[in-house]
Amino acid sequence: MIRLWFKSGTPWIWLNAAAVSLSLIMVVGVLGLVIGRGVGHFWPHQVNQFSYQEPDKQPQIIIGEKVETSITPAAMAKSTGYVMADNEDTLVQYLIKTGNRDVTGTDFRWIQERNIKAHSEPSDLIVIERREWGNFYGQLLEVKENGVTIATGEQAWQVLQSKIADTLTIFKEIAHIEKKEVGTINYGLERLRLKQRKLELKNTLDDVAKQEIDAEKAAFEAEYKQYQVQLTGLYQKLRTNSLVAKTESGSELVIPLSKVVRVFQPNTMSLLDKVLHYGNKVIEFLTDDPREANTEGGIFPAIFGTVMMVLMMSVIVTPFGVIAAVYLREYAKQGFITRLIRIAVNNLAGVPSVVYGVFGLGFFVYILGGNIDQLFFPESAPAPVFGTPGLLWASITLALLTLPVVIVSTEEGLARIPSSIREGSLALGATKLETLWLTVLPMASPAMMTGLILAVARAAGEVAPLMLVGVVKLAPTLPLDGNFPFLHLDRKFMHLGFHIYDVGFQSPNVEAARPLVYATALLLVLVIIGLNLAAIVIRNNLREKYRALEG
Amino acid sequence: MTAQQVKSHSIDMSSVLRDKDVSQQPTETCIKVENLNLFYGEKQALHGINMEMQKKKVTAYIGPSGCGKSTLLRCINRMNDLVDSARIEGKILVDGDNIYDKSVNVAALRRRVGMVFQKPNPFPKSIFENVAYGLRIQGINDKRVLEETVENALRGAALWDEMKDRLNDNALGMSGGQQQRLVIARAIAIEPEVLLLDEPASALDPISTLKIEELINELKEKYTIVIVTHNMQQAARVSDYTAFMYMGELIEIGTTSELFTNPSKKQTEDYITGRYG
Repeated sequence: MIRLWFKSGTPWIWLNAAAVSLSLIMVVGVLGLVIGRGVGHFWPHQVNQFSYQEPDKQPQIIIGEKVETSITPAAMAKSTGYVMADNEDTLVQYLIKTGNRDVTGTDFRWIQERNIKAHSEPSDLIVIERREWGNFYGQLLEVKENGVTIATGEQAWQVLQSKIADTLTIFKEIAHIEKKEVGTINYGLERLRLKQRKLELKNTLDDVAKQEIDAEKAAFEAEYKQYQVQLTGLYQKLRTNSLVAKTESGSELVIPLSKVVRVFQPNTMSLLDKVLHYGNKVIEFLTDDPREANTEGGIFPAIFGTVMMVLMMSVIVTPFGVIAAVYLREYAKQGFITRLIRIAVNNLAGVPSVVYGVFGLGFFVYILGGNIDQLFFPESAPAPVFGTPGLLWASITLALLTLPVVIVSTEEGLARIPSSIREGSLALGATKLETLWLTVLPMASPAMMTGLILAVARAAGEVAPLMLVGVVKLAPTLPLDGNFPFLHLDRKFMHLGFHIYDVGFQSPNVEAARPLVYATALLLVLVIIGLNLAAIVIRNNLREKYRALEG
Repeated sequence: MTAQQVKSHSIDMSSVLRDKDVSQQPTETCIKVENLNLFYGEKQALHGINMEMQKKKVTAYIGPSGCGKSTLLRCINRMNDLVDSARIEGKILVDGDNIYDKSVNVAALRRRVGMVFQKPNPFPKSIFENVAYGLRIQGINDKRVLEETVENALRGAALWDEMKDRLNDNALGMSGGQQQRLVIARAIAIEPEVLLLDEPASALDPISTLKIEELINELKEKYTIVIVTHNMQQAARVSDYTAFMYMGELIEIGTTSELFTNPSKKQTEDYITGRYG
């Protein structure tokens, strides 16, 4: 009976189905985890107030968000040193995010449920997101202007909101001036300095040129002074307001409004308020620069850097790979050597990516970049321009890494084009080159896109080589801006993959940053999916156009 | 035309041949093959071929599969250059010029000697672009010139009336017979002197075949045509001259009526009477 069942093939089918479902479950699991942990991070959680008393200690108040619950069996708890009463089966502990790192030194603490005497969610509890020291949890006492109290109690909340809105406007203005205007001036000054140095090196710096440069410099400096006056004024305005708040231990803390990003009372927020708050946080996450060692604020530079790097890589790898494949398939005499080359190319795909990173650093950055600096940028020595890791080298390194994929799939595409089509074109008096450009390459373009899709999928997720050839922890100046020549290939950039590693494992406050790791991971997945979808749409359009191959 | 008519058409060979006698008409040599030997690596595929093909006449190559008739045809526009192992000795003169001379521009030669293949091979482009392909290669991009030439070529291939409203459709959406006529249109758009047809109807249904044959009859007004066919009735119907090849050798060439009614070689007679092949 069993033998018959085995013979019928049913177990085999079940095995196949099981393998498929297991893979599906794992994919869904990964995505589910990332989405579940990452998406919830921005939601305003309720803030709890606990009356807490550990045995033989003073009672205290603890204010914070409940982050995690851990339940330990009594026996295990005992063995790790907890004192357990006989009637207790389990030890229940909560991880509370209490914030106020400037006051207590930590952001989180574990409390035991059995020591909680009372629990409430008072509506007047506020959460302050700050530019330094993480979140603040407590109660608002008063708002001050130039050190003078202007509102207390009920009123204080209203006043605070409008004052914060004002402060944020000023802040934005300052950021704009510092980044855009002063940035442009600095960039211009640097260019002038390099220009002068270049002329000096060539011994052609005459008085006329020097006067010209000095005049330009003076113009920039006058402009800079003007901005500086403006900035001083704005900074003064920024510093006028502050708030006074009470922490859980009852001490009072003065927080200048210039350090405040946002204040909210999660316990009184309606669902709509929470949704709005959530939306704002997500937008901030997607469009802002990081704050506080990357653990707060947005990750826009990382998104931008990732996309930019992948695009650059595509621009480099596609023509390079296609040309190589065309030579291998169309021009090279097929034989032992071409076979050898193909084997080598295929094996390149198996080289660990960090090896490419080492190669990129050693060859591209130091040798190529160093020589470029010597030849073309002697004026900026000893500061390197291309002789240091940057966007260009990262893109080229990844292009090298993904080159085999593009070559292999382009070659397959070329091999699939029927010889009758080539002959048809040749018989009309086209040369081989014309045949290639007018007929063969367009028909092979879907295969090239397939190669590119695979390349993008691999490159966007790569971190190890990038750490060596251009990615840094923080690079708020984007590689693309309004200063000539607009695309700055020599600049270092941020990358989502590296950002995950950095925030998750290198930040001073790992616990607080963990949800951000999931959110960033989710974003990385979305970015890769987005890039891939774009490529797939293009490929499908091309396929539709050249569907001769299927027929 | 119904299938029944097509069938009777192909059986009644004598009536076809009756008005085929071209021996009295004035002729002018267009293509001359002299001592042509072709080797694929070590193997010799063509043995000392000598023949002439007349201007604005249809010459058919017949013979059993593998006898070298397609190979010979592909020599005339140097398509065999694409085969790495192929080596050619001897001469082929088109209008007196040896096409295997070192100074010959192969692409220019192929513009003079067009070719249509066994299986229709339209490019995955619009009908218009397919026909305009040869012109665009020559750098002709003037829209008016292109339109005019495409129309003439399509009319020449008896395709204009069917396709004039579908010029921007993808050529791959056409039927096999239409595709083959499109390929012919594509070939005549660049106004070659010679048209080489390599079993142009072998992949087509009887009605499409008939249309192609009618087309050949019209085309010979303007072009010298060489056709390879494994169908003797077809050779009899469309050609003025017929060459019989066997095992890489040219056995016999003559006017079609003579070769079919009064072959001079025993091998030819055996083949056309169906004793082998």
